Amino acid sequence: MVVEDIVKALKLNVFGGNEGLLREVTGGYVSDLLSDVMGNALEGDIWATLQTHKNVMAVASLKDVAAVILVKGLKPDEDMLAQANEEGIPVLGSDLETFELAGRLYALINKE
Amino acid sequence: MLKEFRADLHVHTVLSPCGSLEMSPVRIISEAKKKHIDILAVTDHNSTRQCRVLMELGQEAGITVWGGAEINTREEVHCLALFDRMEALEEFQLWLDRWLVKIENNPDFFGDQVWVDVEDNILGEEKYLLIASLDRSLEQCIDEVHRLGGVFAPAHVDRSSNSLSSQLGFVPPDIRADAIEVSPNATPEMIKKHGWDKIKPLIAGSDAHQPERLGVNITTVMMKNSSLNEFKKALKGMDGRSVMVERLQRNSGDLT
Repeated sequence: MVVEDIVKALKLNVFGGNEGLLREVTGGYVSDLLSDVMGNALEGDIWATLQTHKNVMAVASLKDVAAVILVKGLKPDEDMLAQANEEGIPVLGSDLETFELAGRLYALINKE
Repeated sequence: MLKEFRADLHVHTVLSPCGSLEMSPVRIISEAKKKHIDILAVTDHNSTRQCRVLMELGQEAGITVWGGAEINTREEVHCLALFDRMEALEEFQLWLDRWLVKIENNPDFFGDQVWVDVEDNILGEEKYLLIASLDRSLEQCIDEVHRLGGVFAPAHVDRSSNSLSSQLGFVPPDIRADAIEVSPNATPEMIKKHGWDKIKPLIAGSDAHQPERLGVNITTVMMKNSSLNEFKKALKGMDGRSVMVERLQRNSGDLT
């Protein structure tokens, strides 16, 4: 499954980092503590968070996650978006709350 | 002529829900006097309402009191905002009132949130929980503090909760802060490892919630007088002015 499949299935907004829409998704991680993500997210995870600071992209790139999903209709800060475009890591958005989004993501990824 | 000032830049009062009831203005000033502190920054959680009484009392006692707050950004990063002008503080308070996420305080659970006069008479009570966060991002908080001429410093950067490090993983090297505060637990090894001192000048605060803790982490400032403007110049190292964390100087002295 690639990022674009998830965008379509969950009707996500694509804010930026479009270049990475064909990145492979192998799992998911949900956390708002960036130090926790640094320690525990895996390469290829799609990461759901409410943080919109540009450090999110630094961590995303460090861990080589497939994409970032912002929950609850949140939008990325300007410099986060710029960084996403530079790194080619998609920043996506959903109006859903984390609990509901995580449930749908889990069902989708585990079907594979 | 430059003079040395000993400053405790992070002090809670009775107003903070977690602050001891002993942290009254009179007790804080007498404790500061005893410990030869020249400058105190009053930084309750998300409120400046105890500052005025302390600033007036400090003036009588010959201790400079800067007002401000330990604000909690949307990312739940605690940051010090320091001012020395009452007008700026008043405007900052309006901004805090506007953006604090409104959760009613339960004093039995979180603690009382009252501010008092010099005789410990209660002047008022904060209704909303002060340890909640502001609905403003780190960047927006920096903008507001700078707009009002204040000094902005992420608090206790070495702590594993509510710090820039814990919430955002690491200190963004281009952060528009004026300084970075280290807690009494920060070690020279930790600072070297993360390179915090390469990003911004380090300052110290006790984060005292009880009188005994006041002054356990002192910033030594070389500057002309105790105005915030001079402090800003000291943070930039202008014309021989300097800022040092007293405890770290002592530690590194011990190590060599």
